[in-house]
Order: sequence, then C-alpha cells, then structure tokens
Amino acid sequence: MSSQLHGAQHFDKSKRTKIEFSEDAMKTVQTIITHYPEGKHKSALLPILHIAQAEFGGWLSPETMDYVAFVLKIKPIEVFEVASFYSMYNLQPMGKCILEVCQTSSCWLNGAEDILKYIEKKIGIKVGETTKDGMFSLKAVECLGSCGTAPMMQCGASYHENLTYDKVDKVIENYSADGKLRSYTDHDYKNTL
Amino acid sequence: MKVTIDGIEIDVPKGTTILQAARMIGPEVAPPAMCYHSKLKTSGGYCRTCIVKVTQGSAANPTPMPKPVASCRTEVMDGMVVENFINKEVLEARKGVVEFLLINHPLDCPVCDQAGECKLQDLGYENGAASTRYEFKRREFEVIDIGDKIKLHMNRCILCYRCVKTADQITNDRVHGVISRGDASEISTYIENVIDNDFSGNVIDVCPVGALTDKTFRFKQRVWFTKPVDAHRDCKVCSGKSRVWLKGEEVLRVTARKDQWDEVEEFICNSCRYDHKKTSDWVIEGPSPVNRNSVISQNHYEHLNQLKLQVLKQQKALGFMPLDKKP
Amino acid sequence: MGRKVLIQNDKIPGINTLEVYRANGGYASVEKALKTMTPDQVTDEVKKSGLRGRGGAGFPTGLKWSFLAKPEGVARYLVCNADESEPGTFKDRYLMEKIPHALIEGMITASYALGAKVSYIYIRGEYFYVLRIIEKAIAEAYEAGWLGKNILGTDFSHDCYVQVGGGAYICGEETALLESLEGKRGNPRIKPPFPAVAGLWGCPTVVNNVETIAAVCPIINMGGEEYAKIGIGKSTGTKLISASGHINKPGVYEIELGLPVEEFIFSEEYCGGIRNGKKLKAVVAGGSSVPILPADLILKTANGEPRLMSYESLSDGGFITGTMLGSGGFIVMDEDTSIVKNLFTFARFYHHESCGQCSPCREGTGWMEKIIHKFINGTANESDVDLLWDIQSKIEGKTICPLGEAAAWPVAAAIRHFRQEFIDIAKSKKFVDISHYNRLNKIVA
Repeated sequence: MSSQLHGAQHFDKSKRTKIEFSEDAMKTVQTIITHYPEGKHKSALLPILHIAQAEFGGWLSPETMDYVAFVLKIKPIEVFEVASFYSMYNLQPMGKCILEVCQTSSCWLNGAEDILKYIEKKIGIKVGETTKDGMFSLKAVECLGSCGTAPMMQCGASYHENLTYDKVDKVIENYSADGKLRSYTDHDYKNTL
Repeated sequence: MKVTIDGIEIDVPKGTTILQAARMIGPEVAPPAMCYHSKLKTSGGYCRTCIVKVTQGSAANPTPMPKPVASCRTEVMDGMVVENFINKEVLEARKGVVEFLLINHPLDCPVCDQAGECKLQDLGYENGAASTRYEFKRREFEVIDIGDKIKLHMNRCILCYRCVKTADQITNDRVHGVISRGDASEISTYIENVIDNDFSGNVIDVCPVGALTDKTFRFKQRVWFTKPVDAHRDCKVCSGKSRVWLKGEEVLRVTARKDQWDEVEEFICNSCRYDHKKTSDWVIEGPSPVNRNSVISQNHYEHLNQLKLQVLKQQKALGFMPLDKKP
Repeated sequence: MGRKVLIQNDKIPGINTLEVYRANGGYASVEKALKTMTPDQVTDEVKKSGLRGRGGAGFPTGLKWSFLAKPEGVARYLVCNADESEPGTFKDRYLMEKIPHALIEGMITASYALGAKVSYIYIRGEYFYVLRIIEKAIAEAYEAGWLGKNILGTDFSHDCYVQVGGGAYICGEETALLESLEGKRGNPRIKPPFPAVAGLWGCPTVVNNVETIAAVCPIINMGGEEYAKIGIGKSTGTKLISASGHINKPGVYEIELGLPVEEFIFSEEYCGGIRNGKKLKAVVAGGSSVPILPADLILKTANGEPRLMSYESLSDGGFITGTMLGSGGFIVMDEDTSIVKNLFTFARFYHHESCGQCSPCREGTGWMEKIIHKFINGTANESDVDLLWDIQSKIEGKTICPLGEAAAWPVAAAIRHFRQEFIDIAKSKKFVDISHYNRLNKIVA
C-alpha cells in the first residue's frame, strides 16, 4: 500500500543498465505490433510486458519498463500505470518459481487453506515471501478458473490441479530439480484438465 | 431541449449534461461535484457525489432510469425530469458516497493547508454523518515531494483524476498518473518524482482536497486570514490573469482564478504562480468574488462592514440601543 | 437426455486439430454463411434463435448485433471476451482448450455478419497455455484459408488475433476489456457511448463471450428457428455449466436450458450428487456474483414449483427468493459449509479486483471484507450484520460498472438467507470451521 512497494519510485537513475530484447523476443514483439492498425501500437503493451518479464529475470524493473516505453514509443508513466494495475506483473524481484495458490470459493471448499499451509511448511516461507535461495515465491491468488479441479495452483504457464499433499511434493521437487525460471510465456506448460 | 430539475424547468442546448443544466438554474438545484471539472475534458464520473435520479428519461421515452446516474456525465434529453435535493433516495445515496470518501481520509484538517477551501470539508459538512462507522486502520502513504514546489499527501487524495487529466490536457509530457488498483491506487510519479514543466503548478489548483499543495505557501497562513484579489500581469507564457492572496501588503500565494463552483477559470503558468510574490508585480483589479458561505469571506471587510450596517439598521428599527452607547 | 450442440464432440481424439474438427462437420457455418447468406441474414438467424449472451448478463445477442453502428469508411470490430474470471466459472477455458476451432469458426461467421474485417480474442493472462492452443488453431485456420484474404473465394477477408490480458477480473467488463486491449489500465468506461457506437479505438464494436460466439455455428447450421426449439421458453438453446464444490463429479456440462436443478445436481449424468453422502446446504448458481440460495429455494421456487436451469426459472422470485443463471458457474456447498467463510472468500475477491476508479466500490469492497473478516476472527458484533447490509446497499447501483453489484449481491444474499449464521458467530464470539475435516480428507493422498 505504501509507495515503497514499487521499485520504480526509489530508483537511482545513475545505476541504470542497458537492456535489450533477444532477437527471438524482438521478432515476437514486432509481430504483435502488426496486429493493430497504424498508430495503435500501444495496444501491444500488455503482451510485451509479459515477454519483457520473462526475458529480464521474472520481474519488471524500472530499466525494463523504461525499455518497453522506448520500444513502444510511449511515456514511461503509461507503462508504470499499466504494469502496476495488473496482478501478473511483478514490480519486485521474485523467486524463479512463483507458486500461485488459488484461495477463492471452490478452491477453499476443497482445501486450499491446508494446501497453502502445507506449502508454507514445506518450503519454509510465508505467503508473500521468497525462499532464501531465490527458488520459490509463494502467493495466495484469486480464482484462476480451475474450480472444477480444485484445489489448484499455477506456476508460470502450468496449471497444477486436483492438488493433494503428494502432488504438491512432486511438483515442488520437480521444480527444485531443474531450477529453471518459470514464466507465463513458457511453451512447455503442463495442465491437468 | 427542455429539462426539469427539482421542479424547475430550463431550456438547454443539445449535449449539455444534467450537472451543467443544474448549474445554469443555480446552486439551489446543482449537485455537489468533486471530480468533475468544467475545464477538463472527460473529467467526472468517478466520485459519484453528483448522482441524481432521472424519473423520466425523455418526452419520447418517459421510462425512469433504473439506477441513479452521475449527473456530470449524463447528457440531457428533451423532456427529461431529474430529481436531486428533493429525492430522499439520492440524498441517502450521496450520504453513502461521502462516507466512502471519508473512511480512509485522515481527517487532518487542523494541519491541512486546504482547510477552509476544501471541497471534501464542505461536502462532509453538508452531507456527512457526525461520527464514523469505520473502525479499521486507515490507509496510509508517505508524504512526498513531487518537485520542489508541490507536496503530495496521498492520504488525503480521493482519486478524482483531475490532476492526471490536467497534466494530460494542458502539458505535453505527463509524468504522473494513477498507479496500482482498487483501494491501493495512488497518485504517483514515475522514477524521477518530479513534475516539472511550465504549467505543472495547476495540479494544485484542480485538486479538490489537500492532496496536492503549494510548498511555497505551506503553513504560511490559514486561508481565511488571507485576502484574495484578482490581479494580472504581462506574461508571455499564460494570460497572466491570476488570483493573488494577500496578507497586508505581502503576497502569500498566487493561484488561478476560480469560478463560483470552485473550478479554475484559466490555467496559469508556474512563473506567475511561484516567481511573482511582490504586490508590485501585479496590477490589482479588485477583491475576488468569494462565496458568502465560504470561511474566506469573513475576511472580506467590505462584506463585514455591510453586515455591520445591516445589523445597525435592524437594531434601530427595533429600537435597540447598542450596549456601549447606553447611558 | 438433453441435446448438445457445442461440446458434443469434446471426447473425439484430435478434435483440437483442424483436420479432425473439419472431418466432424467443422467450419460448415462459415461455408453456409459466406456462400449462401448475406450478413443481415446471418444476424436475422441469430435473432430468431433467441440466443442470449452467455457471459452472464443474458442480453439477446441478435439485438446487440443489430445495434452496431455502420458508418461509411469506419472499421468495425468483433471482440471475443475470453477473460473468464468469475469465480466458479471455467467453461470457456474448457471449450477453448478442447475445441479451439469452434471459437474461431464462430469468430469468422459472426464477423461476416457484423462486417468486421478484424477481430480479437481477449483471453485472460492466467490462461497463457490456452492462448498457445488458440494461436496454434488460428495458424491452422490461416493455412487452410479459413482466415486471411478472400475466404472461400468470396469478397470476405478476415484477420483474427488473440490478445492476452495481465490479470484483472474487471477486464471481463466489456469496456474495461476494450481499454485493456488498447494497452491501458482496465478501468471501465462511462457509458454512454456504448461499444456498439464507440468501442475499440473509438470504432463500433461488438463484444461477445466465447460461448456466445461458439453458439453462432450451430445456429447457422441448423437455422435460428430450429435452435430456438432447444431449451425452454425464452431460454433457448444449450448452456455450458461449470459445476464445482462438494459434488461427486465436478466439471463442465452442456445442458439443455430447462433442465431441473435437482436433476442437474443429483443425477449420475451430471454432478452425481453431494460428496461423501452429505446433504445439500446451498448453491451459488451462476458465478460468485449471483445471490446464493439455500437448498430448499434452489430446488424449488417459492411457489413450490421445481426450479429449472433457465434464465427465467432461476430468477423467479427476484432476489428475495431467486437468483440468476449468470455465467453458469455452479458452486455446490454441503451441509458442513460455513456460508460466512465462503462469503469472506468472495468479499476478498471483489476487494482485490476492484479497479479503484469510483469511490463506492473502491472503498466499500475493502470495508465489507474487513467486517466479514471480523466474523472469521470471532470478533464481530450483532450490529455488524446491519452495518454490512447498509454498506452493500450503498454500493449497489451507485458505481460506474456492474462490479459494484457483483460485490454487493453475494453479501446481501448471504445475510438474507443465512442471517442466523452471522448472529450465532457474533453471539458466541467464536468461529468454528466445521467443514475442515471434510476438506482435509480430499487433499491428504
């Protein structure tokens, strides 16, 4: 709630580093921009922020937001306004795997609270925290459209549904083992619907 | 187009909103407005204080509108019938809106520079309840400087969007906006924390509360001890038509002139606002018109003298003898 | 057994590919519309079908289409609302994941009717993997000539793009969706103007739900009059119901409108009854925002007639004894469920999802959550029930968009039908979550 939540406001300009999209990412960005009529390229902002978040360490640093503003030729404040509005953009560094456990009605009716507590105990952090090794962040989120396969959690592009304690163990072990950064834009998603 | 508001009919041009039509009739029917600002395009609709009941949509389609509407963003239709102060439902709903606006407001009026010219203070006084039903911790933000001339008290902000629209519409480089969402939303700048362009100071004038205040006037004087005069100067950047707030011979602050609805008449530049604080900088035209209900009017000696004369006349007519004149 | 016209083929292997979809009669509506019908004839068939918006509001689709302004030389757009976020609802996800071409086929046919050269599918960001499925299907459709220039050798050319959101329930509101699609914060617009006149980039736009657009295909294939014979009264056709909660067989079911609620909950063909032999306590019938109903009122109307799964029957009795079909998010609660705690999850949801633009919703949703939390803490007083009632009444109908109502209705209904539960907590100063063991059973493998 305090302004301090946002890295952008306490950002030291002199420490800015230069960043650039990879060739592949730039190609995707340019394709996305062709989806809109001439002059309406601002429409590409949301998809491009997803790509930027995946490309630059799983969060949107002030440098990243500046860069996106530069690529889209819009004002940096327009990027900041949007990035801070939507829940999928991280304005602070996060763990490589963000475990997002749904807690709304149907998931609650099916034990989401216990799943959350179980994960907290298992990886030794509370909701909103990141493990010391930077591997996991834990978030309690609102309905992800998995009510029929509750309880569930999302990590990157993957949906892990019909969770049991056993399943949670396996998912977390798998993620720990490969140690990769998980993004919403990943192509190797898993879902169990 | 004919529209009837609280039983008073008026003819207005097409495209007029209910609020504008009500203001044409006068303050007796005009709904209060916090986020609408006549000089800012697309302003209004957010705060919901100006909601009214449309009991007849138009002559052609007399069905009432099912929900109360924001009068500032609803255009008049021919034959429309609107209820504002005469409708209990509207007054109750407005009371609710005022309560919502106040539950997270710090109520720090004693130390707020806006006190005395605050729209929220007036609104609370006119429509609020005497006590609060909110028992939780109020939202808190740090007080920050946005530039060397403007202080942002986010705690006091009611998210009217006026300052954002001002920056969008009268400057060409907006660097502040509304960030985050829901009740965590806040006015913020991006990285630099500085709003700096020739017209940036106008965000202070459009702010209906004490969220954006003039640092050069901060804690200098309660507004009701200052005397506003309309003045002008030769300015290359803006019209130079300003309101100069005096205490004796001293210029305490300079603002834009505001109309009877407390909305800026003409935006002024930062040079007029901040850099011309001597009476000799200004050609004074005369005392600014101040609403009789405003606390600021009490310092208008002209009015005070008139009042004294009236009182004397009345007393004379009734055969009173002032105490100090009694033998 | 009710008729099915949307997901009857969902179990066919490979139905997500163009080849299998086409072999099972896919894209027939595009062929029929483009080759044998004028755009207005397509709209007429949709009007005749009586199809109503499947996203929640239930507005007649044909009528919505006919409102679309058609000024010369101005582009028109069709936007598909795939921002499915209403708690309890997951039918669009199922449809898009299993049969993506059903949506794309509908997009082409509907765009032809509306004269839209470009259409967008706005999908919620969390469904990123579904976006991949849709992207792939779109690529297949371009390859086979169903999208692109001069489709089937006609004058009609069409481009369809899929756009991803960033995580915001409010973008399911059509004008917030358009703002988001323009790369802005998802703040609902003040209406009028409606999207049909000034929508995407100020151009005339129709925004329809995934299921609505997919339903256009069977309507064109069988004809509007024939489609209107499915269902009951003004609730024509079929509806996808997302069933979840304490039932034996949660999942997405296509039902013929008019199916008795009792049959839907207890028959083996659908939900298969309440889990663990428990009794039914309450149902949220159309997604989190519609009023919750206790067992007796969801199974029978106040007049003692069987309650049916239809727009009219579910809303029979108004909000006093009825509810709404809404988005078809059907959440079932057994006898051990705390209505107060469930309400808390809803209140937290709406507080989290309020955009913050207008004051009653921005301030009111958080306030309601805090008060309901007092019940969960066991610190609430009896007067808090009345306060809660008063706050919801001051949000409802006072906001820019329907999120205000969506947040207020569940609170009102929970108090209306389960007031005693609130009072008991307030009196005893204790909150006991009786269903905890039941839930734990499910997740301890």
